[in-house]
Amino acid sequence: MTVSDYQTAPHEATRNACYLCAPLGASIAFSGIARCLPYLHGGQGCATYIRRYTISHFREPMDIASSSFGEEATVFGGKDNLFCGLKNVISQYQPDLIGIASTCLSETIGENVPALIEEFRQSVDLGETQLVFASTPSYAGSHLTGFHKAVLATAKALAVKKEEHGGINIMPGMISPADIRYIKRICQDLGISAALLPDYSDTLDGVSWPEYHCFPEGGTPVSVLKGMGGAKASIELCRFSDPQLSAASFLEKCHGLPAYRIGLPVGVRAADEFMDLLSGYAGRPLPEGYTRERGRLLDAYVDAHKYVFGRKALVYGDADFVMGIGRFLAEIGMVPVLCTADKGGNLAGQAEDLLAGVEKAVVLEGADFADIETLATELKPDIFIGSSKGYKLARLLGVPLVRLGFPVHDRLGGARLRCVGYAGTQELFDRIVNALLEHRQDESDIGYSYM
Amino acid sequence: MIEILKDRKQQVREGGKAAGFDMVCDTASLAGSVSQRACVFCGSRVVLYPIADALHLVHGPVGCAAYTWDIRGALSSGPQLHRMSFSTDLREKDVIFGGEKKLYRVLTELIDTYHPKAAFVYSTCIVGVIGDDVEAVCRTVSREKGIDVIPVHSEGFRGTKKNGYQAACQALSRLVGTADTAGISKLSLNILGDFNIAGEIWQIKEYYRRMGIQVVSTITGDGRVDEIRRAHGASLNVVQCSGSMMALARMMQEKYGIPYLRVSYFGIEDMSKALYEVAEKLGDEAMLSRTRELVSQEVASIMPELREYRRKLEGARALVYTGGAFKVFSMVRSLRTLGIKTVVAGSQTGDKDDYRQLADLCDEDTVLLDDTNPLELAKYVQEKGVDLIIGGVKERPIAYKLGVGFCDHNHERKICLAGYSGMLNFAREVYTSVCSPVWSLMPRRRLHTGGEQT
Ligand code: SF4
Ligand code: SF4
Repeated sequence: MTVSDYQTAPHEATRNACYLCAPLGASIAFSGIARCLPYLHGGQGCATYIRRYTISHFREPMDIASSSFGEEATVFGGKDNLFCGLKNVISQYQPDLIGIASTCLSETIGENVPALIEEFRQSVDLGETQLVFASTPSYAGSHLTGFHKAVLATAKALAVKKEEHGGINIMPGMISPADIRYIKRICQDLGISAALLPDYSDTLDGVSWPEYHCFPEGGTPVSVLKGMGGAKASIELCRFSDPQLSAASFLEKCHGLPAYRIGLPVGVRAADEFMDLLSGYAGRPLPEGYTRERGRLLDAYVDAHKYVFGRKALVYGDADFVMGIGRFLAEIGMVPVLCTADKGGNLAGQAEDLLAGVEKAVVLEGADFADIETLATELKPDIFIGSSKGYKLARLLGVPLVRLGFPVHDRLGGARLRCVGYAGTQELFDRIVNALLEHRQDESDIGYSYM
Repeated sequence: MIEILKDRKQQVREGGKAAGFDMVCDTASLAGSVSQRACVFCGSRVVLYPIADALHLVHGPVGCAAYTWDIRGALSSGPQLHRMSFSTDLREKDVIFGGEKKLYRVLTELIDTYHPKAAFVYSTCIVGVIGDDVEAVCRTVSREKGIDVIPVHSEGFRGTKKNGYQAACQALSRLVGTADTAGISKLSLNILGDFNIAGEIWQIKEYYRRMGIQVVSTITGDGRVDEIRRAHGASLNVVQCSGSMMALARMMQEKYGIPYLRVSYFGIEDMSKALYEVAEKLGDEAMLSRTRELVSQEVASIMPELREYRRKLEGARALVYTGGAFKVFSMVRSLRTLGIKTVVAGSQTGDKDDYRQLADLCDEDTVLLDDTNPLELAKYVQEKGVDLIIGGVKERPIAYKLGVGFCDHNHERKICLAGYSGMLNFAREVYTSVCSPVWSLMPRRRLHTGGEQT
């Protein structure tokens, strides 16, 4: 196998970035906690831009409050804005939790936000409202960093060592609401009580409302998160992110729970690993429904093996996503010729063993879409797998794009795209195969209706 | 039901003119109120974005640039450089040691690669804090590369989106007046404040052409650097809607004596009024009669279909919330043309005058909102029995969650809504949403005609 550390000509500018900023990830993570309002300590623009961006993907309400820094706050500090903002949020939303994240601005002026929050706690009666803070300057990471920081901050702030309750903690990472729902269903079917951090399966993919409310239904309740310390183990589907930011490792260190950091369970082998882990903890075998799902998936692998074997794919997005997909592609005989992900993870270090046996895979951290264009022109992939952001390039190169990850804002249902477990893999596999078939059909002059 | 925050009560007007009325507006957003507004940077970026042969470099951390990558529907008939997202993507060490060197390297590299006609460098919040001398870097690069490299002072915290408009106008004023005006006709104008969303400006230009008027530059929809340089040769500035370009129009009046007209291209009434006013200002009897002919032709061509839509939409109730205040006026009138009553109206950036005008234009009981937020919007959607929301992407989920029609009238839309055919598109859009059968399945079921709740 040759995973070379391919580098394009070094350049300084970021041209069409492949990643977003940290408070976005934090906001998404916080929105997976019941009755939690994300709050950004900084300028108004960051909050609004992030709202706009997430709304375009999830197509759901996404309220994010802001300290709305003006010049004065920027020069003299944002304490007044923070206090005023938190009070307003509490009076209007009556949240169970306010997930506060800093922005580049508040970090750069050197705000000591934890101290300010402490002072605020002393000065008002918070009632039931919890405050959690994550430091998320964007110049130190990407949206994924922000996501993990918010998860870790929440675990640190809430998890107490309680009675052992036999449940487990699952940190699913930044996957789709539909994938989170699938994981919850497995747990339910196995009789496992799982605390998911976060769980935005309903909050960011919800139902229609008879009347407007401050918060969408769903999300993991604060009370459940408080019990995380008493679980049997923690499973984190984030193997590539910075281990320093691992909530599972924190819980292991602090409360002695075994931590499993495994890759995204896409593909049969990876899903097996996840399912085995869960059924081990449940102390019972996987219900038959899942083994049949697995069987059907293998059957489909066989049916379509010729269509996919040796076909070259370009995968871009978040580190955990990219490597999870890369490994799955290798499993079905496709070649992930290029895997690019945001900075701040530990991609290159672990790519070697994950993509063992794969020829010609290039793994690149921190690439932008201009880099990807340069490489894609050379590597000539047959298919793109990633967010909507790759569309222009895919169109230019005349290859199909299978949309997955974040953001998907040029198609409906970005929140319902699945890739996790046997059923999710099945969906993804079918989409990939069909995209290749459709492309072949479109390319041909003959117009085959039987492939 | 949701309560209005105490500190926002003066930014909401319920209960009609009789109540006496002086809206508090034009202030910073209240912390914690989940404003729908962005920031100064947003204002600048919106305005300058459509200049297609310029390099737009966002100096700051990655987010500000990433969120504005190709999100606008501003089309170009030629170069597409404006659709790229360039950023200095400042990292920790740049924040500590300053970003000037990186800015210099990035600018030089990008100019060498993309050969733009000019470059705009947008300063975001942290650039203002770390104190980079952006002006000096721009001057150096400008000298070395022989193109205008123009700093845009758009640090997000320096006010509201409106201050961003001003910063953009200031940047533009450095281009205007820098090229020869030979060959420009007396019957000429600049189009200001139209951003060529979905190709709208092409249609407006066509109207002016039919009237016998030369369009010198379009600022900034489908904009080109060299045309903007010559803008001071035109006889008139026509400023569309939002007021985003008023600062530039005023500056050009002062400096070059060019008068300006404030118009709107949305809706039959405002569109026609704009053309007549321009004809009066620039032309003679012949031009006036050409304009009359144009208007009557265009109106006649859309009226039959429009009447059909009106028949179906009559009696529906709308909430209008847009960025600029001027656009709200046009929306209220356009909706009226369709038989729809505006029951809630507001904007992100209106001033006192705007709200006075809006109050005059709307019905007595129309609720007016300045710099509102999702909870307030939702409150009035329910209280007022709204069937349709007109706004941008951030207002959409409020509508859809409650089972209410929505029409995007923001910079992201892909449908041309200006001019006469635009009015027809607008009617079609509104019809497609308000009269969809899906609403009858919603938990909060409404009928588009009556407004009764079942
Ligand atoms: S300032 Fe930082 S937090 Fe705000 S949008 Fe820009 S990158 Fe994101
Ligand atoms: S950092 Fe400043 S300029 Fe950038 S989006 Fe936030 S408020 Fe606007």
